[in-house]
Amino acid sequence: MMTVFEALAEPMRRRILDLLRERPRLVGELVDALGISQPGVSKHLRVLREAGLVRVRQDAQRRWYELRPEPLAEVNHWLEAYRDLLEEKFTRLDGLLRELQEKENKDEPE
Amino acid sequence: MNQNNRTVISLPSDREILITRVFDAPRELVFRAHTDPALIPLWWGPGSTTTIVEKMDVRAGGKYCFVHRSEDGEYVFHGEFREIVPPERLVQTSELEGMPGVVLETITFEEQDGKTMLTVLDLCATVEDRDAILASGMEEGLSETYNRLADLLAEQDAAR
Repeated sequence: MMTVFEALAEPMRRRILDLLRERPRLVGELVDALGISQPGVSKHLRVLREAGLVRVRQDAQRRWYELRPEPLAEVNHWLEAYRDLLEEKFTRLDGLLRELQEKENKDEPE
Repeated sequence: MNQNNRTVISLPSDREILITRVFDAPRELVFRAHTDPALIPLWWGPGSTTTIVEKMDVRAGGKYCFVHRSEDGEYVFHGEFREIVPPERLVQTSELEGMPGVVLETITFEEQDGKTMLTVLDLCATVEDRDAILASGMEEGLSETYNRLADLLAEQDAAR
């Protein structure tokens, strides 16, 4: 199963998502906009659908591809976890810097 | 300037991670905390680990090696200092043993009104390497998150 992160790692897939963010589109429109072959576009769309980032809406003979933004919240969650990891380290640095400053003040009485 | 002392992360390009954080201390001190082998173990490693500075030769071309020990095992970080401009700038490479990818890290220290803005720019070799670093935040509850993600995807499948 391809993760959302893996699906987003490919620049062409991110371009597809950008285009779908504007409005739902047909495969042909994506082929024109991206300048790559239809099998290429279809391959990327399949990956995006597997990751839950894109869904298809059938409208008579047409298949509209549209953005499903929900999994992007999951990516945000990953970023937040990375931020928390750094924040933990930086909070320790805050404490160390405070100690160093107190020590300096003590070592150099006015 | 980043007003509250909150860590801010952004992704300026496919292969970069940009981190900013403000500290209530002059930049000489923040720089020292990054370059003094005696200070590194006091803050650098992940929370539940003990950090040992095996080697830290702070000059351009000098190498460093930090070992983090925890109940789960040992992580070894190592790299090379490329540029040292006290108290303004540090450029170094960084890699985690057993993981692919070397990161080129540029750390700048800017002082304003007695506070220091720390900026860390990580340039990765590939977008996959960058994503692996971002995912490292999930290490603690990684399996839990994978399960949640799998559930989420399963729900979407079911709804289709």
